[in-house]
Amino acid sequence: MNPIPYHWQYLPLLIQIVVAFGLGTSMILGSRFVGRHRNSKTKLAAYECGVEAVGDARGRFSVRYYMVAMLFILFDVEAVFMMPWAVIYRKLPEITGSRFFGFWEMIVYLGFVAVGIFYIVRKGILDWSLDKADL
Amino acid sequence: MNTDLLRILPETILVVAGILVMLIDASLPPRAQRRGLIWVAAPGTMLALWASLIQLRLDPGTAFFGAVETSPFTIFFHVLICGIVLVALLLAYDTLPRDSHHQGEFYALVLFGASGMCLLTGAVELLVVFIALEISSISTYILAGYRKHTGKGPEAAIKYFLLGSFATGFLLYGIALIFGATGSTQIYEVAHKAASAQNHTFIVLALMLMLVGILFKVSAAPFHVWTPDVYEGAPSPVVALLSTAPKAAAFALLLRVLYQMLPDLRSLWMPLLWVIAAASMTIGNLAALRQQNVKRMLAYSSIAHAGYLLAAFAGLADKGIAAAAFYIAAYAAMNVGIFAVVTLISGYDEHLPLVADFRGVLYRSPLLGSLLIFFLISLIGIPFTGGFFGKFYSFSAAVGGGAVVLAIIGLLNSGVAAAYYVRLAVTVAQKPENGMSQAALPVPQIGVAVGAALLFTVGATLWLGIAPEPILRAAENAAHALQ
Amino acid sequence: MIPLSWYLLLSATLFCLGIVGFLVRRNLITIFMSIELMLNGVNLSFVTFAHQWHLVKGQIFVFFVMVVAAAEAAVGLAIIIAIFRARATLAVDRIDLMKL
Repeated sequence: MNPIPYHWQYLPLLIQIVVAFGLGTSMILGSRFVGRHRNSKTKLAAYECGVEAVGDARGRFSVRYYMVAMLFILFDVEAVFMMPWAVIYRKLPEITGSRFFGFWEMIVYLGFVAVGIFYIVRKGILDWSLDKADL
Repeated sequence: MNTDLLRILPETILVVAGILVMLIDASLPPRAQRRGLIWVAAPGTMLALWASLIQLRLDPGTAFFGAVETSPFTIFFHVLICGIVLVALLLAYDTLPRDSHHQGEFYALVLFGASGMCLLTGAVELLVVFIALEISSISTYILAGYRKHTGKGPEAAIKYFLLGSFATGFLLYGIALIFGATGSTQIYEVAHKAASAQNHTFIVLALMLMLVGILFKVSAAPFHVWTPDVYEGAPSPVVALLSTAPKAAAFALLLRVLYQMLPDLRSLWMPLLWVIAAASMTIGNLAALRQQNVKRMLAYSSIAHAGYLLAAFAGLADKGIAAAAFYIAAYAAMNVGIFAVVTLISGYDEHLPLVADFRGVLYRSPLLGSLLIFFLISLIGIPFTGGFFGKFYSFSAAVGGGAVVLAIIGLLNSGVAAAYYVRLAVTVAQKPENGMSQAALPVPQIGVAVGAALLFTVGATLWLGIAPEPILRAAENAAHALQ
Repeated sequence: MIPLSWYLLLSATLFCLGIVGFLVRRNLITIFMSIELMLNGVNLSFVTFAHQWHLVKGQIFVFFVMVVAAAEAAVGLAIIIAIFRARATLAVDRIDLMKL
């Protein structure tokens, strides 16, 4: 048994990196060399969903952004537990000896999450227009 | 399955009560008063306390695939923690500002924290230990910063939070190494495999790292720096809670890790704890001598008390665990009591924080003054108070374990400690100056709830000092259950 | 095959970098990031040991550590915002109302 050297396992990764970078670079460079460029003031202006840039990018943001970011972290990570649960769900009756154990566990878990959402909504954290939340 | 649920009944009740508080709090209109939520929080805690006592009828054993345990040991600490939380809730009810719109969060966080602490004492799986520790820690981090509009509130919270998470990182790394060395995180299995392990290097390293994390939570000497700042910046009702309940839970974890998980390494951790106990007492007491702020002084005194308590760990297994458990109960009773009195005297906004400000309290409010002196007497360790028997059992356990020098250091330290306790007691008893500032001070009002809390703590302190046998027997049962 | 000890060394290195960052850095956010680095170093250890023992337990542990780290992050950032509102600074040297 003389398999390929261990480090060669990383070869696909390397190829993918090369392809990804190569694709991007070749598209940008390709359009630069192949296409014709006639820039006018109107073409450079923001259009449709674009917004005119104002001020410095390092300005302070409303604290609501942080709130939403923090909530995102929490709810994002909560979803992690559903993955192992889903993987093992069909085997749970055997392991626990109770048919609906896994089901109710997840209902309870989702109940906790729901309580969290209810609390956030009622406290007005997601309410961007009203200033009733005490942030 | 049903007994499984019974075995986590107190925690479940606390969590459900906490969620109820949270839901009601969110359903109330934003500007409504939220003090009434105590009617959910306090009965919930009482119910949890009752549920802990119900657990005495269960046979000791584990639940949920060996994740949590019920035994006299866990029940002892459950009852203790629920009692502390109840007193802290009653204290908060009367002393938090009436129009505070964050009282809902306060009660909910106290209940969630309490569930974490209870779970921590019952956890026999290191994963559950970690989660329980974090539930209790995260709740107390937020509570420490409850006065968020003052300068000191958020500062206390950030100090507690950063140092606490730092220490948790060490604990976690210790758990990882335990898992690596034994292939298990269940405390009984770890104990079994560690006993038969050939190479102890990893386990020793893991023990050191875990000790850092746990000793931080009990604020023992090299890891105590957060204590005075947090106690000064956090509101006093919160300090009453977080100087006792999380510490009781952390001591329970320490006992479990040392005596149940790694008893064979006793020759290693005993000298270590010897040094830490001596250092905690000495540093705590010497630093307390120079404090002008009452809460900071009590913070250093609590570091010293952690030292006296750790002295019990030098004792032989039975005696040591029982003495430690008894000391925790005695310390909790008197410390919650003294912080309740200090809250009432200094006020929630702490307009009278200094020792000098306490001058003449005995004349302004004879009841509060005499209660303060009573709790100081107990902290000194004079007979007929809980503090005396706590120290007595702890030091005699140390002597029984051969650590005579440690007991002597402890006695010397008690003498040093008496100096600053007596200084405060004398200040309280001094006649007030004839200045306007003293005469204009209002007499603190004692409400029904805080009155009940004071009665409860005084009663417990006296009971532990006059008839300690029942509690001592409970502590001995707890010690027996741990082995 | 890369030996397991390399992963453990990497994990210990990350952990120690976290400790050094915690002690040396002077900005609250950076200090907080150092703590997260410590936790992630530990996570790598857990995964390595899980591989060594052929137990999923270690990986489940990592899930829980991640969740707890997220909860800590939410609370920590909230406290940091409170600090910034009260003091308008995030430099630890200037958060010194209370001293020994």
